[in-house]
Amino acid sequence: MRIVFKTNYMQDIRPWKDRYQLCLYLALIALVAAAPWWLDAFYLGELTNVLIWAIAGLGLMILTGHTGQASLGHAAFLAFGCYANVILIENGVPFLVAFPLSGVLTGIAGVTVAIPALRLHGIYLAIFTLALSILMDDIIVLAEPLTGGVAGKYMGGVEIFGHLVDRWATPEQFFWLVLGAAILVTLGYINLLRAPLGRSFIAVRDSEVSAQAMGVDIARTKMISFALSCAVTGWAGALMGLYAGAFNNETFSVVISIQLLMMIVIGGLGSIHGAFLGAIVIGFLPQFLSIAKEYVGAAFGGSTVAIPGLEFGIFGMILIAFILFEPMGLYGRWLKIRTWFELFPFYRKDMFKRQKSYLRTERLR
Amino acid sequence: MDNAQLLISGLANGCVYGLIALGFVLIYKATEAVNFAQGDFMMLGAFVTIGLTNTEYMGLPFWIALPVSLGIMGALGYLVDRLIIRRLFGESQTAVVILTIALGFVIRFAAGLIWGHEPQTLQSPLAGKEVRLGGLVLGMEDVAVIVVTVLLTWGLYVFFSRTKLGLAMQGASQNQLAAYYMGIPVKRVQGFIWALAGVVAGIAGILFAAKGSVDPTTGLMGIKAFAAAVIGGFGSLPGALAGGLIVGVIEPFASRYIAAGYSQIAPYALLLAVLIFRPHGLFSQVRVKKV
Repeated sequence: MRIVFKTNYMQDIRPWKDRYQLCLYLALIALVAAAPWWLDAFYLGELTNVLIWAIAGLGLMILTGHTGQASLGHAAFLAFGCYANVILIENGVPFLVAFPLSGVLTGIAGVTVAIPALRLHGIYLAIFTLALSILMDDIIVLAEPLTGGVAGKYMGGVEIFGHLVDRWATPEQFFWLVLGAAILVTLGYINLLRAPLGRSFIAVRDSEVSAQAMGVDIARTKMISFALSCAVTGWAGALMGLYAGAFNNETFSVVISIQLLMMIVIGGLGSIHGAFLGAIVIGFLPQFLSIAKEYVGAAFGGSTVAIPGLEFGIFGMILIAFILFEPMGLYGRWLKIRTWFELFPFYRKDMFKRQKSYLRTERLR
Repeated sequence: MDNAQLLISGLANGCVYGLIALGFVLIYKATEAVNFAQGDFMMLGAFVTIGLTNTEYMGLPFWIALPVSLGIMGALGYLVDRLIIRRLFGESQTAVVILTIALGFVIRFAAGLIWGHEPQTLQSPLAGKEVRLGGLVLGMEDVAVIVVTVLLTWGLYVFFSRTKLGLAMQGASQNQLAAYYMGIPVKRVQGFIWALAGVVAGIAGILFAAKGSVDPTTGLMGIKAFAAAVIGGFGSLPGALAGGLIVGVIEPFASRYIAAGYSQIAPYALLLAVLIFRPHGLFSQVRVKKV
């Protein structure tokens, strides 16, 4: 077991624990950045998709994982970011300006929504955002002059300093663009978590009463969390639009919202790793299922008939299994395995036991 | 006369929303959790009854299939609690929300596997009969839906406010620890309420399948029932019915008098408005609690 010997206060709030950890992550980034050389075009596209989902997951993680507000409507903000980005580009704004701006605009939209939503918590907020996600579909259709309505919009590549970055023509460049965005967002996230703001998010999540007692302005904290979460989700949406190429009102449906929430639960709520691990599961599950189906079909001589809804059925079962047996998600499982090895043979079963509490309500009847 | 006809069909639809909302409210009232799969429970109840009654499946007489399918739904609700929900006892509500959403996916998938994805209708003895009231022509199904819903809501309301078990359920949700001190078997009460919600979902499913066709995605209608439950103020049984009726009546009138494209927004816009201006619903049950 490695023990980090702290000799300086800065070591407590540094983004990395020690040099070993820093090198590990730099190596990981280098490996992923070199993906165009060791992956074929199809899997490079899939990896890009996973990274985009991971950015969206990071966006939701700020709100749900670290501030404790469950949102079932983040697809609405994905859509907002996507349309904002495309509409700006169509009006002659260069991509490098339009892309950050689309996130900022989504953040502003998020705050507008957050002001009424702030008074709600728990399931009410979940239902509020769910309704928002459903309404977004209709709003996109109604705002046809701006959004193209049911026919949708088409977005080819974008130009960055004269370079064409396009999902199909230049997949490598597009991959690096997405990877760059993912790294920047993750760095921002890490820095957020070690700043007072990030700590206050966690305080609000763990206990609103105690947070208030410690001088945290709960309404303001929640609003900033909403804004940041929506901004990051907006960027993910903008990238998703570029990745999909064509999109309309049905691209960002409620199902996407729910999938996003489930993704971060599977990955592990309240951890940055969780967003990436969950995105890997979501991104590769369809491929895995189709491979598994072929294999099963070949082994038992059955026909490889398509079962509608299979993906969601399996997905639901995986999720139920995770909530029952590993509420901390994939990252939590990894932490346990790592601790087991680090502390061998002193690991005990209840080391990661979660505190349970008796329920009390505000209702009087 | 036209408006009256719209009103009646809206009321009948609203009753189905109200019944699903009753399921939400029952579980919320007793366990403070929300069952996002309630709509899918309803769909399952409809399909179980179709599987028992319709001639292409088992072809049992309707009045025998009815109690059997309600029994199956009750057992299913109990099992869901016993095997899945009870393991989350003492954890956050959000976990239960996500769990029940996942459960909805699984139920939809299972129903699609067993009964296929084609819309199907229940062959009930009510089908095709009419009731004439003044100049109004009412389908027998619509009348049955309205009567059953009102009776059920009244019955459940009395159950919760008068009987020992109903009061125990309310106690169990308001303060679990205190409920344990009073000798209420909180977990057993929770299992009972899930079974009851399963039965209510079964009734809603049967009435819905008798009125129109069901397919595995019918359960998504549960989202409108959310609107109903929220408008009624989660936690109030008559409120759920009232909310359901409001949503049900708004729909046909909106599609008639408001331009196409805007009309289907109406229930959700109402939901957002209620959440913004009266977050605890029109029939609020929350007072500020002094610590």
